[in-house]
Amino acid sequence: MRPQIHPIPSGTRDVLPDEMRELRAITEAVRGVFQRDGYGEVWTPALEYEAILGRGGGAPPAYRVFDDHGEVLALRTDMTVPIARLVATRYAGAEPPLRFCYFAHAYRAVRPHRGQMREFLQAGIELVGAPAPQGTAEALTVLCHALDAAGLRHYRIGLGDASLYRRLLRSFDVEDGAGERLAACLVARDFVTLENELAQLELADATAELLLRVPQVRGGPEVLAASDAAVAEALAGLRNVYERLAPAVAERVIFDLGLVRDLGYYTGAVFEVYDPALGAPLGGGGRYDDLLGRFGRPLPAVGFALTIDRLHIALTGEEHEGDAVTGLSSYGHGEEHEGDAVTGLSSYGHGEEHEGDAATGLSSYGQGEEKRVDR
Amino acid sequence: MIGPGLTIAVPRGALLNETLDRLEAIGLDTAEVRSNDRKLLFADIGVVTMRPSDVPTYVEAGAADVGITGKDVLTEQPERDVYELLDLGYGSCRMVLATIDGPDPSVEALRRLGVMRVATKYHKTAAAFFERTGRQAEIVEVKGSVELAPLTGLVEAIVDLTATGTTLRENNLVIREELFVSTARLIANPVAHKLKAAAIDAMLERLRAA
Repeated sequence: MRPQIHPIPSGTRDVLPDEMRELRAITEAVRGVFQRDGYGEVWTPALEYEAILGRGGGAPPAYRVFDDHGEVLALRTDMTVPIARLVATRYAGAEPPLRFCYFAHAYRAVRPHRGQMREFLQAGIELVGAPAPQGTAEALTVLCHALDAAGLRHYRIGLGDASLYRRLLRSFDVEDGAGERLAACLVARDFVTLENELAQLELADATAELLLRVPQVRGGPEVLAASDAAVAEALAGLRNVYERLAPAVAERVIFDLGLVRDLGYYTGAVFEVYDPALGAPLGGGGRYDDLLGRFGRPLPAVGFALTIDRLHIALTGEEHEGDAVTGLSSYGHGEEHEGDAVTGLSSYGHGEEHEGDAATGLSSYGQGEEKRVDR
Repeated sequence: MIGPGLTIAVPRGALLNETLDRLEAIGLDTAEVRSNDRKLLFADIGVVTMRPSDVPTYVEAGAADVGITGKDVLTEQPERDVYELLDLGYGSCRMVLATIDGPDPSVEALRRLGVMRVATKYHKTAAAFFERTGRQAEIVEVKGSVELAPLTGLVEAIVDLTATGTTLRENNLVIREELFVSTARLIANPVAHKLKAAAIDAMLERLRAA
């Protein structure tokens, strides 16, 4: 019989049992870590008042409806702003730090493609009332625990500072309008325009060179040492975080002085999760020390969100590593960080334990490992 | 190999020869790519060849770590999440607005009908240009020779890429405005840019020096 096709909106999809089992295995492993590390799970409504979301300064909402009183409601674009609202409203007198986690769908009007739907499931934490550097180090540690528990092996964490470039521009007295244009180039990942814009400003050659070079610096802890006086303060902040990380977490970190995230509320350290098996970040987060203040409870805070679909794609990709038809796609192989990643993993005390977890839920991951060893 | 494990997307067509010259200059043996225009994948030197407009697709998805394509392609695909690292300088051409020679028919269309019709292969580029300059335009997307459209009365103007302007002149068209100058650009996947930073930076340095 010919099936009747009933469409669903662009950027949404159905999940059937085979996939759902794998997604559940991931979220359960991650949930176990969040619970163990003391993060209480919350739900908030998918629909919020648009004005509340707007106050947070996150990604602008894309889907709106009117309620029966004519109020504009919007589907949340992330969980950070709803949890900031929740903390201010429901935990007004509570003694910080407060630890929350969530597994929730968020909604954005993106161009739907692999790993980026308009409705997408995020797993994340918010650590409220824990200032830098200790709070940031805790968030990074929980992030690594969660990725390990999910069974991901070759991931790295890019760590930067959202305020670094603006601070640099101010220290050279770049006027605001020009500074906005330069910062916009970083968000657009466009170093050609950045170079052209810098050439048009009447800056000393050394200054222009530094403003072009610094946001392209990525690497290990050695980049913290090679500091120009002007970036020293932001780098000191990153160094303080780095010094508080256990070796197993620290080994995963790549410093990225040009890292910016497209959400407006980040104030300090920001980070993103990369895996060689996927061409886009699996998630990210950072410090948003001003956000809670916008809801009347000024507390420093830090958090991250992982996009579960992307984590799933990366896990599947790691499983198939090395058997791509082309033999080209394998990021991991003969690649500079490969060695580090492997060392990083083996040095986790509880690596074995997590592998076990993953194997229970996702039996096929174990085979991926074997396949790789064969090569 | 360009760097340890780097895969590069190379554009076929007008940019191919100069791209291969540059890659040759930084130490890649491109002889096989030059001699074989049917083969698409050259695994031992880490090169994949494709239409220029496909380069951002492969690089964004991470199927290639880096790629070379024209700024015209990048402008037409603004939603692609890739790093633009270097202006390679070659492959220079201009994105222009052109009409039939004589009194500008697009001006008359705007004045009397409120809308000008514009044929182009660069739908997004043209739409963004008219929005930016505050003109109402109906974009007519064509796949073949754009020059034909104003000659047959389909449109009053075209937005197209031109290197020498010869084809425009031969069809009695004149350039009215220039949108931007396009050159070849080096782009990179955002994850490869972090995980293969040393290899990409080394390639960038050598391309700058070459």
